[in-house]
Amino acid sequence: MSHDWPLWEVFVRTKGGLAHRHFGSVHAPDAELALRHARDTYTRRMEGVSLWVVPSAEIVASDPDQAGELFEPAESKIYRHPTFYDIPDEVKHI
Amino acid sequence: MASLPPIDVPTGATGKGSFDAPATGEPDAVRFDYLLRLGDDSLILGQRLGEWCGHGPVLEVDISLANLALDLVGQATLLLDEAGANDELGGDKLAFHRDVLDFRNCLLVEQPNGDFARTMARHLLYTTWQHMLFQRLTQSNDRFLVEFASKAVKEVAYHRELSSEWVVRLGDGTEESARRMAEGIDWNWRFMPELFEVDDALQSLIDRGVAPDARGFEGEYRSAIASVLAEAKLAQPADQRPILGGRRGHHSEHLGHLLAVMQFLPRTYPDATW
Repeated sequence: MSHDWPLWEVFVRTKGGLAHRHFGSVHAPDAELALRHARDTYTRRMEGVSLWVVPSAEIVASDPDQAGELFEPAESKIYRHPTFYDIPDEVKHI
Repeated sequence: MASLPPIDVPTGATGKGSFDAPATGEPDAVRFDYLLRLGDDSLILGQRLGEWCGHGPVLEVDISLANLALDLVGQATLLLDEAGANDELGGDKLAFHRDVLDFRNCLLVEQPNGDFARTMARHLLYTTWQHMLFQRLTQSNDRFLVEFASKAVKEVAYHRELSSEWVVRLGDGTEESARRMAEGIDWNWRFMPELFEVDDALQSLIDRGVAPDARGFEGEYRSAIASVLAEAKLAQPADQRPILGGRRGHHSEHLGHLLAVMQFLPRTYPDATW
């Protein structure tokens, strides 16, 4: 039965002000039940205040074979990290 | 230090759990019975749904059914603990040390799960009623019931929506799912009129403003169910001879088997703790 159902990616906002984060995936026959399944599977211990579900087939992913050309050039460019600044204590969620 | 004046404790007041009970020295047997009716409904339906654990049609539905079951067992804990507030063992004693004739749940909730469609039919018929009841219970003049219903009504609203969605999807699904859904509704239909039965005990609580009168929302209930069935492209079953008696302890043969499983451990190992 479940192999007939499409896969949905689940994103949860853990509290107000934070971004939705990828939590996992569920099978469901349609969008409404995907939300229900996501609610029952991923927020039953008060993990979230908001849910997104997205059909997994709609996710456009980068090609793992291109990982070298896509990501390795950034490795030698540490000056792109803002590590040379002191972050004030008052700034949260960085 | 000046001593405070002595506090006059009304005769019969227990000091716990019975804020609104009349302080006549007599226990409020009718309210106790009402707590059992509500508590046993939730307990037995929770146990029934728990039987699906590990047997759900798919993993997501298995988790979903277990969540529903836990909501119901949580409600039962609150209600039976309140009913058993004057007993050391509280709700546990009521849940695990009563025999079948002492249970006050309606017949609908003890019906066997059957297939997933029949389970969803039972859940739709029961939780639609429960949702309408709990909405009104928040206006009760019994403080405990107001606090209880204010919390539980949100859980029950979810149960009602979820079971409605499944009834629509299965009814308006494949040929097989439509057939199973129709059979599920048909099987449970004869137990629905009991939800609107009012006996003398319940009438006295309605008169006292403690319990809502379900007859007041029977029309709303029937049209809510009719609209779900219409959306599911299912015919509404003809009314059958209603089967009553659960509130008086006259249960179907299924409840004893359910209790045998549910009560086995605490009865066989009375000292067991966890």
